[in-house]
Amino acid sequence: MVKQKFSLKTINSPDAPLLHMGDGTEVDVSELEEMARRCRVDIVKMTHAAKSGHPGGSLSAIDCMVAIYGTCLRFDTSNPDWEDRDRFIMSKGHASPAMYSILHQMGVLDEDDIMGFRTLGSVCQGHVDMNWTKGVDFSAGSLGMGLSFGLGCALSAKMDSSDRRIWVMLGDGETQEGQIWEAAMAANYHNASNLRVIVDRNRIQNDDFMDVQMEIGDIGEKFRSFGWTVKEVDGHDMSSLVDVVDWANSEDEGPVAIVANTIKGNGVSYMENNPSFHGKAPDDEELRIALEELS
Amino acid sequence: MSAPSSGGASRDGYGKGLLRIAEDPRVVVLEADLGKSTKSCHFRDEYPDRTVSLGIAEQNMMLVAAGMASSGKIPFASTFAIFTERAFEQVRNGIARPGLPVHICGSHGGIHTGTDGSSAQSIEDLAIYRTIPKMTVINPCDDISAEELTSQLLELNGPSYMRTARNKVPRMYEDGSKLRIGSGSVLREGGDLAIISCGVMVGVSISAAEALSSEGISCTVVDMHTIKPLDVELIAKLSESCGAFVTAEDHSVIGGLGGALSEWLSTNTSTPLEMVGVRDNFGQSGGSSELMELMGLNEAGICEAARRAISRK
Repeated sequence: MVKQKFSLKTINSPDAPLLHMGDGTEVDVSELEEMARRCRVDIVKMTHAAKSGHPGGSLSAIDCMVAIYGTCLRFDTSNPDWEDRDRFIMSKGHASPAMYSILHQMGVLDEDDIMGFRTLGSVCQGHVDMNWTKGVDFSAGSLGMGLSFGLGCALSAKMDSSDRRIWVMLGDGETQEGQIWEAAMAANYHNASNLRVIVDRNRIQNDDFMDVQMEIGDIGEKFRSFGWTVKEVDGHDMSSLVDVVDWANSEDEGPVAIVANTIKGNGVSYMENNPSFHGKAPDDEELRIALEELS
Repeated sequence: MSAPSSGGASRDGYGKGLLRIAEDPRVVVLEADLGKSTKSCHFRDEYPDRTVSLGIAEQNMMLVAAGMASSGKIPFASTFAIFTERAFEQVRNGIARPGLPVHICGSHGGIHTGTDGSSAQSIEDLAIYRTIPKMTVINPCDDISAEELTSQLLELNGPSYMRTARNKVPRMYEDGSKLRIGSGSVLREGGDLAIISCGVMVGVSISAAEALSSEGISCTVVDMHTIKPLDVELIAKLSESCGAFVTAEDHSVIGGLGGALSEWLSTNTSTPLEMVGVRDNFGQSGGSSELMELMGLNEAGICEAARRAISRK
């Protein structure tokens, strides 16, 4: 295990240097794993309370998000609107519980906020919304749009000569949208070297498994064909995720994509690889089991 | 006002307007291969570092613009009016919902576009953008007003759609004319009827008003360049003073300027309204004036509508 050098709070601050582990930064993987566990607890609790929402794709995405927020994303929890922050664009906006759980664990949202998920007037809207939630950089909900938005952020950062980085999380299902590939083409053409994509490759979409609905094939190869640099990773192995995020941050030649092979519903046995829990909340008994498994 | 001079296509005014506000470093221009047509090309020539070419990919362009707006830029994204519609949901969800100041310009709007045929003649753009909350919707009538209104978009802290026309029409304004987004411009005053028009139909409305005056019908003519928010104060005033309206637009009679006026009038007054516009029909190839005659978007169409409106007082 690597010795901790920076706390999460220190990394996510305006004063943090532009980090990557190759610079000698040290992170405690077990601390990140514990944060991901706490996020998973939040995800099942808030969807249970709301009696709706998307736990499956939140649980598949959460390790990737913790690896990014926990090691490199410069983001001031006391000033979420800091204009030179790195951006995290949650394109798969239905996995909003994952986003809210991160913001909760970082102290931007409180327990009441996340437990109000999907209720009238709540800062935690059904799909992530930049106008409702501090710390959310993109209003999602309609798939296929986040990469284009991230590209706009990346081009602006370059025009401003800012070193801020733009991370975009895509679902694998939404790569069926043509706009993703319009953006992939444009990002390479404009040499968006400050743009990083991470694809949550859980192989399940709303109705069923992707190979039943519309299998897209080798997503990494498709990004490569548009000129991107690509790596694949086990999306639930925190050490590997930390390494690949570090690698992405050290790349400065054009846009970078990480295809993270994940399991939908990861961490809750009855949700794992189960299309039913794409958009269904756990009931009381299911919550009890989930919390037991996550304890 | 003085007699109209000739020679202004509103798309040229858009191009000049961009140059007028280019000094502001927040202004960026996004193109989808049609910069030479929309006239954003002049900005590109002068400011290539602040011009982003997105290729023939309008959906991506709208969200790239949104991302740039969220990063402090003021993006102006243009293509043909009809191709902005391809990205309608991107505009609705990605730009308008978060209220980002992205300014979309759709050129080649309306039947007036002519020989390209019906695929290029957007007759529904004003209607669809008008339905989106927070959107400002503008259709200037000539190059001078288009330049002025484009430059005013810099101060508009929200999304907008501006339709421009491909072809030249008589100028309605002189350089330095005062007009404001959200305020209809009264170009001619009369007490029997108000003709509320926008875009290329403003000049036709002035001609119709002159023809009607020889019949003893005295008309007010308004350039309602801003379709949303509608200048209802002016409409209320004219409802009192004129007591009858005609709308004239190179757009479907469903949901555009006529639709906007009828929504307000029918819920607030009993003042009669007649609409001149495209009667739920697609266009075809042909010269601008030939097509406008064919579709009834002409002086005779406005005069007939005026007589009907007055007879319903």
